[in-house]
Amino acid sequence: MPFVPHTEEDIRSMLDAIGVESINDLFDEIPADLRHDLGDEKPLALVPEGLPESEVARLMRGRANEDGAPLCFIGAGAYEHHIPAAVWEITTRGEFYSAYTPYQAEASQGTLQLLYEFQTMMASLTGMDVSNGSLYDGASSLAEAILMAVRANRKSKSKRILVPRTTHPHYRKTANTIVMNQGITLEELDYNAEAGHIDPASLSDEPGDFAALVIPYPNFFGVLEDVDVLTDWAHAHGALVIAVVNPLALGLLKSPGEWGEKGADIVCGEGQPLGVPMASGGPYYGIMCCKQALVRQMPGRIVGRTVDLDGKPGYALTLQAREQHIRRSKATSNICTNQGLMVTASTIHMALLGAEGLKRVAAQSHANKQQLVEKLTAIDGVSNAFNRPCFHEVVIQLKTSASDVLDSLAENNILGGYSLVEDYPELGNAILVCATETKSSTDLEHYAETLQRILNK
Amino acid sequence: MSNVPAELKYTKSHEWVSLDGDTATVGITDHAQDLLGDMVFIELPEVGANFEKGDDCAVVESVKAASDVYSPLSGEVVEVNEALADSPEAVNNEPYASWLFKLKLSDISQLDEMLDADSYSGVAADDSH
Repeated sequence: MPFVPHTEEDIRSMLDAIGVESINDLFDEIPADLRHDLGDEKPLALVPEGLPESEVARLMRGRANEDGAPLCFIGAGAYEHHIPAAVWEITTRGEFYSAYTPYQAEASQGTLQLLYEFQTMMASLTGMDVSNGSLYDGASSLAEAILMAVRANRKSKSKRILVPRTTHPHYRKTANTIVMNQGITLEELDYNAEAGHIDPASLSDEPGDFAALVIPYPNFFGVLEDVDVLTDWAHAHGALVIAVVNPLALGLLKSPGEWGEKGADIVCGEGQPLGVPMASGGPYYGIMCCKQALVRQMPGRIVGRTVDLDGKPGYALTLQAREQHIRRSKATSNICTNQGLMVTASTIHMALLGAEGLKRVAAQSHANKQQLVEKLTAIDGVSNAFNRPCFHEVVIQLKTSASDVLDSLAENNILGGYSLVEDYPELGNAILVCATETKSSTDLEHYAETLQRILNK
Repeated sequence: MSNVPAELKYTKSHEWVSLDGDTATVGITDHAQDLLGDMVFIELPEVGANFEKGDDCAVVESVKAASDVYSPLSGEVVEVNEALADSPEAVNNEPYASWLFKLKLSDISQLDEMLDADSYSGVAADDSH
């Protein structure tokens, strides 16, 4: 095949094949008034004239000021943590400042060493044998973990995956979009209404037909699942265990490698809480670790440590024969890059905090959540939805409309939580509230007082 | 010129077969290992798996490529060479002793469709050009 752009005939035959008149028809889903059709004579009516840089800067500052500096109690997958100033100062140095893992591996020993250290930190945090150099984000890391489990679980040959409803709803949607066309089905597992976790007693004793069980930890409600029992149940039924974790919480909680008798098999999750600021949903990054036995099924890049001809230590990309530039359509995944810059920040962040620092951040977040729950549930008409232990996030039930209450809080410069009404209507007027170490006692008190005032109106 | 033992049968995709009753022992040829280079990992099928002739059933991974191994005949896997897990380089050193798996054949007549040593030598020679 010649490497030339599509010819008119190519384009015509492709359009005919899918039954479309013109390329513009492919954009029909976008409302006409938002479109500037290609080849059209009319100007881009909705785009204003260009502005000088100074005026753009002033405009954007003004817009940013409109956001104010609200007190944020929303978590639901992205978490506000203190990031030491040194983290991004070092990350944005010229030597590190790239989004990519190097293709000319040997030319970038510093970057490779950093990735190697990242992998070491993640493996030790999750209790797994190996880590890759990261994936796109938490949601797609779950999809990759599912694809990996189906490839790896050759005994079960099943293409069904048990996914609890306590897994982040966006993760479930994303994973389904990615895996459904490969014939993989995600079977929902409902949670216990009092506890907000997967009740091990609700699991079937029948021999199952599942490639894997997904265990979120903490789960989307902030609740700690009964990981030991669930892990042993999965293994007894021939399923692998995919842990979806908040890596920061693992500073305090039992690592997936220690769950049950044999530990989880694959660990994935969102890396954002480790040094990546909350920024309109991204860029964040996904983590992926596994046991040694599954390493050849793991997607993404892995950096290994070796010695050169003179016996000096050096770093190299390893297991490349599985990747798409060599293995083509049979590659373990089509992940061809990662979120290198976010990983750089995380590695520096973890190095600055150390294991002890991570543990303290996790413990303080948990304590603040605890304090907030006590203050909030002391208010008439506010209750804790579940009776199980939570990490730094909790489901609070209200007697009045969740969205009205959240709107009123926002008018008072408080982002009070994430409404669960759409994803979990059975929970009523429920909101998911998070308190990290960034909140002071005064902040927690201020939230509780404001909420009480709003509810008493 | 690579080594092509006269007593074995071959495929165009560089597998060799030796027959004992209705059980076929399968490996990759000297020519194949030479093309692939140093082996680092061999992914073997599960015992009990059933393959049709031509199915991909194993992967040989060298420092420069990972290639599928195709089942030369139809049948059920009755044994795999576990020793290759720890010493994949055996395939480089002794390709005709380092078998990958054994198949209990479902249709022994398929053997007639395989290449003999002479024909395979021709295939391998063309390949090297």
